[in-house]
Amino acid sequence: MSTFNTLLPPLVVCTSLLAALGIFLLKEHRHGLRTVFNLSAAVLKLALVTWMAIGVLGEVKYEFRYTLLTGVDFVLRADALGIMFTGLSSVLWLFTTIYAIGYLENAPNRSRFFGFFSLCVASTVGIALSGNLLTFFLFYELLTLSTYPLVVHRGTEKALRAGRTYLAYTLGGGAVLLLGVAILYAIAGEIEFAAGTALRHLDASWHPLLMVAFALLVFGLGVKAALLPLHGWLPTAMVAPAPVSALLHAVAVVKAGAFGIVRVVYDVFGIDFAYQLGLLQPLAWLACATILYGSVRALAQTDLKRRLAFSTVSQVSYVVLGTALFGPVGTVGGLVHLLHQGLMKITLFFCAGNYAETLGVHRIDELDGAGRRMPATSLAFTLGAFGMIGVPPLAGFVTKWYLGIGALDAGMGWVIIVLVASSLLNAAYFLPILYRIWFSEQRAPWPDEHFRDRRDTHPWLLLPALTTAGLSVAAGLLAGMPSSPLYWAEVVVLREYIP
Amino acid sequence: MSALPWLVALPLLAGIATFVLPERSRAPVGLAFSLPVLALSLWVLARVAGGDTSPHVLGGWAAPLGILLIVDGAAAGMLVLTALVSTACACHAARYLRGKTANAHFWPLLWFMWAALNGIWLSGDLFNLYVGIELLGLAAVGLVALAGQAEALAAAMRYLLAALLGSLAYLIGVALIYASLGSLALPDLAIASFDGNGRVTIAVALTLMTIGLMLKTALFPLHAWLPPAHGGALSPVSALLSALVIKASFFILLRLWLALSPDAVPLALAWLLGVLGAGAVFWGGWMAWRQTRLKQLVAYSTVAQIGYLFLFFPLATTTVDAAARLAWDGMMLMLLSHALAKAGMFLAAGNLILAVGSAQIAHLAGVSRFRPLSLLSFGVAGVSLMGLPPSGGFAAKWLLLQSALASGQWIWIVVLVLGGLLAAAYIFKVFRHAFVEGPKRDHFESPPLALELSALTLALASLVLGLAAHHPLEWLRIASPFGGAG
Repeated sequence: MSTFNTLLPPLVVCTSLLAALGIFLLKEHRHGLRTVFNLSAAVLKLALVTWMAIGVLGEVKYEFRYTLLTGVDFVLRADALGIMFTGLSSVLWLFTTIYAIGYLENAPNRSRFFGFFSLCVASTVGIALSGNLLTFFLFYELLTLSTYPLVVHRGTEKALRAGRTYLAYTLGGGAVLLLGVAILYAIAGEIEFAAGTALRHLDASWHPLLMVAFALLVFGLGVKAALLPLHGWLPTAMVAPAPVSALLHAVAVVKAGAFGIVRVVYDVFGIDFAYQLGLLQPLAWLACATILYGSVRALAQTDLKRRLAFSTVSQVSYVVLGTALFGPVGTVGGLVHLLHQGLMKITLFFCAGNYAETLGVHRIDELDGAGRRMPATSLAFTLGAFGMIGVPPLAGFVTKWYLGIGALDAGMGWVIIVLVASSLLNAAYFLPILYRIWFSEQRAPWPDEHFRDRRDTHPWLLLPALTTAGLSVAAGLLAGMPSSPLYWAEVVVLREYIP
Repeated sequence: MSALPWLVALPLLAGIATFVLPERSRAPVGLAFSLPVLALSLWVLARVAGGDTSPHVLGGWAAPLGILLIVDGAAAGMLVLTALVSTACACHAARYLRGKTANAHFWPLLWFMWAALNGIWLSGDLFNLYVGIELLGLAAVGLVALAGQAEALAAAMRYLLAALLGSLAYLIGVALIYASLGSLALPDLAIASFDGNGRVTIAVALTLMTIGLMLKTALFPLHAWLPPAHGGALSPVSALLSALVIKASFFILLRLWLALSPDAVPLALAWLLGVLGAGAVFWGGWMAWRQTRLKQLVAYSTVAQIGYLFLFFPLATTTVDAAARLAWDGMMLMLLSHALAKAGMFLAAGNLILAVGSAQIAHLAGVSRFRPLSLLSFGVAGVSLMGLPPSGGFAAKWLLLQSALASGQWIWIVVLVLGGLLAAAYIFKVFRHAFVEGPKRDHFESPPLALELSALTLALASLVLGLAAHHPLEWLRIASPFGGAG
């Protein structure tokens, strides 16, 4: 193995880490230089990840290992699943950075914002490339720390209160997760991400403790993934600026939780061992309950960002559901949604931010006639919403199709009822918004209109939204092509879970 | 190793030099002396890591008459820690005290303190340890009184009282042991066997000495003297006291317990120390959260963090060798990373107070925008104190967790996990105020760069320790009862 291949994974993490350091050191008013830092780091990271993705397809091994404590290594490794999440993060980081530069024009504290923003991405990529459970935990906690300043960025009483809620949930979850990790290490030593090889050979007398550890891990990860009783922080955290919401919801925080659950089920326990212990069925119930609960709560929200937040609660659980379905097809459905939901939800949040920044619109009933004022943003929003509902042939449909087939394969036909109900609910909370945007007449002047001389909004805000919307459409239309999200999900499943 | 006496003599020389020299040259001379001592400490550590742990008998007189200097991995580690933290604090103080009246007295006191600390790390018998801790207590009280305000003087008096009481209890224990064994050398203690009366005497002596040292270490519930003393002192002094001085009495306690053969140590006493440690974690954390002044918050955090160190005593009584070693590793790492992080945090707190011109936490509003560097140092140190990765505090907590799991003493897991959450509560309380964008205030004092950098360096060192703990832990195990012969 060449040195370059060994150093590539830490290098990918370090691009955003170094960007963060550089940005912290810049004076507040050096906007030009900061933009250069931001964008060049994002582009460089994307290039490195693309290089690594091609390598992974060709079975090249990228692994970095370093002894942290006796018997505990720090491992960064690029496997197919990790690369999938890394790819998502680096693509969406680029667009969110562009968006944030436009969004925060003339706002204070940009140095702090972009510094922690980069740190947050560094942690996400670290999570994606972690090669064992402890390394994962390390970056998982770093993510909590680096997102707190983003959530309280505005420094208002409301933001600070949301920050406190956010910390109470995530640090509490982190403590529970630590307990689970510590127990597994105490039983079995180093827990590499390797399809459960460390645990499956343990004596049967350990099984009850293993089940406790599994519950602790899922609880700890479930906080970030916003699983049912642990989702409370997510809607509250909506006070953060729009790019942060986009990042929290589509890429970093909730996905870190969902990705962690995927890792625990497949790589720590191994799917068949988890099935054997009877752990999958309860997880599937929990996921289904969250899917329905999130959708029902979304229906009742009058604030656009809050409705999107509850929609996230619901949608992220699709990933968990796919993980809990025993069988390759269900897995494909779950994994592909990791990417699909990211693309669609980030589009929706970009658009919500555009409405707020351009028209001052925050509530759904103020959106009447917005389509005529901002056609491009509204088009992107519509594509994202249709995708979420699962209209064929958009991305959301691909997910639901695979999940449905997977459920039948796993002998859990009732899941299809949940999927249908959820789709109906999705339609029920998205279609009225679309109706208001396109078909209602504007009733009152916009609450706080900017960019009056533009047809839509500032190009730095508009282009990311249109691009991610385009990508989400492409993900559905071109699902059969190589390098589509579906293709990657199939590679992961073929390579790692079917021996 | 013949270099050992110099580690005490050189600081004493520096103390005397800074005492007799004219006031304006004290700071440069005091600062200049730290470099050779730092270098010598590092050299000793390198020798120990290379396997040389030969003791040094001062003047050629063997025990029990002569002065025995011993060095093992732990002592070498403490030497280097002392040198690092003291040098950073000296850099901070040289700038912080410029033009203040305290400047004249700070330097001799600092060097006497350093000499006493090094004497304690290296002493091989109980009486010399007593001499060391007496000198240390007096120097520390003097340092607290430097702040000059009435409040600080009252705190210094209380501290003096506690220190004297603690030494007295310790001294009685020493006398009892001498009467019973005829020797005070630690190596003699280890091979002594006790029966009947001797057993009772040793148990009484051990209890008395433990109580005295607990008082000096400020273990809950004997901690009341600490928050006013550490919170009221000048910032570089607070840093030195919290990072090093209280660790000295803990280190003596450790030496004493490990020197005695296991059957001489009552199991119940070990568990009691663990329970008090748990009490410290919760009470200190709760009180820290309730403070309205920044340095008092940090001082109570010290009360809480000391508690983790005492979990070592019950954990080390386990019969599972691996678990005892994990406990040793975890405790030593906790000691080192707390010293670095807490020194960094006190210096950063001092800088924040300079910046906003107020000691109140509520007055920090807006500081995140205008003085991000001070706040960053505070936060980085906070990560280690909360035990979040990647930091020395996390690695230490991880080792203690593993030890608790391996020895089956599950109760301490609760302390470790909840203690971390409590620490998060009081540290983020500071951030919550610092992030407020409330009243438009845009004039802040700007702490000099030297102050900012010394705080940041210490805080970052506590972070790096978490990523590079593997080899230091191997060194610390050298010549300890927990494996690693060298």
